Amino acid sequence: MKGWRPPAPFLLLLPAILVLAAVVIIPLILSLYSSFTPFRLTQPASLFTLIGFRNYVRILTDIEFWTAFGRTVLLLTVALNVEMLLGLGLAMLVEKATRGQRLLRTIMMFPMMFSPILVGFQFKFIFNDNIGLVNNALQSLGLTDQAIPWLIDGSLAFFAILVAEIWSSTSVFAILILAGLLAMPKEPIEAARVDGCTPWQTFRYVTWPFIMPFAYIAMTIRSLDVARAYDIVKIMTDGGPAKRTELLWTLVSRTAYADARMGLANAMAYVAILLSILFTVYFYRKLAAARTQIAAEW
Amino acid sequence: MATVSLEKLVKRYGALEVVHGIDLEVADREFIALVGPSGCGKSTTLRMIAGLEPVSGGNLKIGGRIVNDLPPRARNLAMVFQSYALYPHMTVRENMGFSLKIAGQKPEEIAPQVEEAAKTLDLTHLLDRRPSQLSGGQRQRVAMGRAIVRNPDVFLFDEPLSNLDAKLRTQMRVEIKKLHAKVQSTVIYVTHDQVEAMTLADRIVIMRDGYIEQVGTPEDVFQRPQSKFVAGFIGSPPMNLKDAEVVDGQLVFTNGDRLPLPARFKDRVTAGQKVTFGLRPDDLYPAGHGIHSGEDADVHKQDLRVILTEPLGNETLVFSDFAGAEWVGRMLNPRRLSPGETLPFCFDLSQAHLFDRESGRTLRG
Ligand SMILES: Nc1ncnc2c1ncn2[C@@H]1O[C@H](COP(=O)(O)OP(=O)(O)O)[C@@H](O)[C@H]1O
Ligand SMILES: [Mg+2]
Repeated sequence: MKGWRPPAPFLLLLPAILVLAAVVIIPLILSLYSSFTPFRLTQPASLFTLIGFRNYVRILTDIEFWTAFGRTVLLLTVALNVEMLLGLGLAMLVEKATRGQRLLRTIMMFPMMFSPILVGFQFKFIFNDNIGLVNNALQSLGLTDQAIPWLIDGSLAFFAILVAEIWSSTSVFAILILAGLLAMPKEPIEAARVDGCTPWQTFRYVTWPFIMPFAYIAMTIRSLDVARAYDIVKIMTDGGPAKRTELLWTLVSRTAYADARMGLANAMAYVAILLSILFTVYFYRKLAAARTQIAAEW
Repeated sequence: MATVSLEKLVKRYGALEVVHGIDLEVADREFIALVGPSGCGKSTTLRMIAGLEPVSGGNLKIGGRIVNDLPPRARNLAMVFQSYALYPHMTVRENMGFSLKIAGQKPEEIAPQVEEAAKTLDLTHLLDRRPSQLSGGQRQRVAMGRAIVRNPDVFLFDEPLSNLDAKLRTQMRVEIKKLHAKVQSTVIYVTHDQVEAMTLADRIVIMRDGYIEQVGTPEDVFQRPQSKFVAGFIGSPPMNLKDAEVVDGQLVFTNGDRLPLPARFKDRVTAGQKVTFGLRPDDLYPAGHGIHSGEDADVHKQDLRVILTEPLGNETLVFSDFAGAEWVGRMLNPRRLSPGETLPFCFDLSQAHLFDRESGRTLRG
């Protein structure tokens, strides 16, 4: 039989292409398409009505969406900065340890091993106003005699969520920065000391420029994570009380499943993804710049 | 400009003592080389002087002041590391000016000093490159430039040339010598290469296993080694060192071969004493092909069989068989020799060394 045969590379890649199409590309296109429809789960037929950019126009003029958007950016900014500082501190402490460093490294990774759902439950308990550890501790120490409504007051709840996020992910920074510290040649630090640097100047001018790329890698990874923050918030406050801790993804899921407005939710999701991409691109650029700076060979 | 004194200086890592109370006086503007085999404690000593390793015992003085507990930045030294230790994220210019910036000088004060040093070291065209864009030799020069710009009291070098190829090493050796003549600072230079030590230093400190074996000028350590170790360490190819016993005013080697006892050791040994006989290759040569050693020459002639030759052009190293071992000699104005050939050799015993076998110390007065 003669006729057209697809080229061999294409044939060889076909299985991978098929799998990718099935699990990634098709759902992606489908959800993008549905963001241009008034699709509701309760009215399947609505999937076939195109309404152009109406969903997008709607969310971009919706104060509730923008509040969640702003709150997400705030969470992202605060969490990343605090995690970075804490991670840096942790990494430098562990690097100084002469004994038991492997054990410390392992312990440092523990928070990463917990599922975010568990972390959510754990902190929900810790911050519980009646039986929570925090209030109990504060009261036993005599710092307050009232039950502080950690998860009920809007700003306190936001703070509690931040703490949970930071607890669970500081180790991402710590591990990566520690890797940087361990990979760093020791001689430039010694040269700096002989050149007259105080410990702080040594850190500022020699150590920090070297580990900066590692911090940016952590930033890139974590910016994707936090921009997708869902599980911990869902468990701890579920966006409440009265939507005062609503983040983009809790809003998306509420719109999609509680309100059953799938088309609108998908439109929100695409805007949220755009936010993630922006953060990631930003940090990735920083990373590339920092890498050329130290002439990294990776 | 400063003197450096080590007084009973000790370094311990936990229970392990690696430097055992060494004493050394380095004069102002002196060029001192620390040599010794790998692991003998040279770097550790240098790093204690730099302040990068705490001193475990004894005193360290720079310019007469005890600096045991001062951090490196309070000692006003410059150090050149084996791996160069350049700051990878800074340009050559920034690398060289870094210490001045830390010292609080203004950019317009720093620039001329950096440019001056760059000119000395022929680095001007590289000032805006980063270390990763430089060759090994260029990095080495930047490391030196960084040290010069500091205008320190003492320069410390830790095997600065050992990562360079042979040709570049010879070049840089000359550069360093010129540099010392120009800047007139005290220099402490660590190397495992005795040629570097011999060519550069005013005085050489030979270390072994955390002790100082001998301190002296290059002539001293070459001509009057205090111990078997120094004798074998200094000189290339190394001195022939063979065990013997004193019997009837003669040296009897382990296989029974004999040599006359060199005249100047006659009164310094006792019959039956176990010794090590040492003779430099320069003092063992085929008859008519040696360095004439003057009137007092105490030459012993002996027929030896040639095992192997290494022609070097202007001279040939001759490996010959005597006393059941291999001896290396140096043949000047060489002619072709073939292995297996037997010919008369001269042992210039006026230049020979004798060491007590047990203590390893020299037997000369
Ligand atoms: N940080 C350290 N901990 C334990 N032992 C060390 C340390 N640094 C060096 N030593 C030991 O001290 C001895 C001297 O080392 P060093 O001064 O580096 O020798 P070198 O003469 O080759 O420069 C060696 O036996 C080495 O193993
Ligand atoms: Mg060394």
